[in-house]
Amino acid sequence: MKSKFVPLILIFIFSITFVIFFKGLKNSNIYTPNTNLKKEVPSFELKSFENNSIIISEKIFTDNKYYLMNIWASWCVPCKEEHKFLMKLKKDERIELIGFNYKDNFTNASSFLKDLGNPYNIIVSDKDGTASIEWGAYGVPESFLVYQNKIIKRFIGPINNEDLLEIQKIIDEIY
Amino acid sequence: MKFINIFLIVAIILNFNFLKADEIKTENKIAKNLRCLICQGQSVYDSDSEFAISLKLVIKNKIQEGLSEDQIYNFLKMKYGEWILYDPVFNRNTYFLWLLPILIFLAGGAIIIKRFYNKK
Repeated sequence: MKSKFVPLILIFIFSITFVIFFKGLKNSNIYTPNTNLKKEVPSFELKSFENNSIIISEKIFTDNKYYLMNIWASWCVPCKEEHKFLMKLKKDERIELIGFNYKDNFTNASSFLKDLGNPYNIIVSDKDGTASIEWGAYGVPESFLVYQNKIIKRFIGPINNEDLLEIQKIIDEIY
Repeated sequence: MKFINIFLIVAIILNFNFLKADEIKTENKIAKNLRCLICQGQSVYDSDSEFAISLKLVIKNKIQEGLSEDQIYNFLKMKYGEWILYDPVFNRNTYFLWLLPILIFLAGGAIIIKRFYNKK
């Protein structure tokens, strides 16, 4: 009796382990951050990019309007790539673009905007990157779509044509 | 009198040093327990990426604001999700992970004890 029982248990344990690991192999182990957030906009108090006046978040995200908060820097190469899409988005009057100038110096950033155009309605400078951490950002470039003081969607990495269409589609749903 | 004054000043300065040292200690401890989300296999403490540098600064500011270690972990968990913590939280998804070693340990112990008594 005992000699039959032991191999049976062993086979049972082995097959359970096999199934668990086999299923585990198929799970993606690439970490993908959640992009549909529905989180409140974190409040911040940052210096304006153009002059040193203080801008607070409550004053920016006031209207019943869409806002795209875009983190950018002149030293970031993918930011140049996404810039033309931001310029396209600027033409849409239903959305306002807020620039978060990330760990940048004023001269370089201004010549970046001079060369490629300024798509932003307001630019604030995040000199040490701590405000971006409050937003849960990973780095540059990164964008957050804000509506009614809530982050509805985030775009990690440069915005491309697909993202642009998606943003426009989201806006169309409301208007 | 002068001697007392100097002594007091030195004592105060030394005290500040101790406080600062404590702050740096917790700062490093927290940074070591956080995963640098844009690096491969590095903690925030080890990494020199822009993300990690900013995050270390945030930790420093939060400690100065008087937040406890757990409050800082919770804050970052809220912002970045559980993945940022190296220590997996005990929940439905991690029961197996946490309990399996204990089960194996108990089963091993039972086998050893059984053998020991059988020999006797």
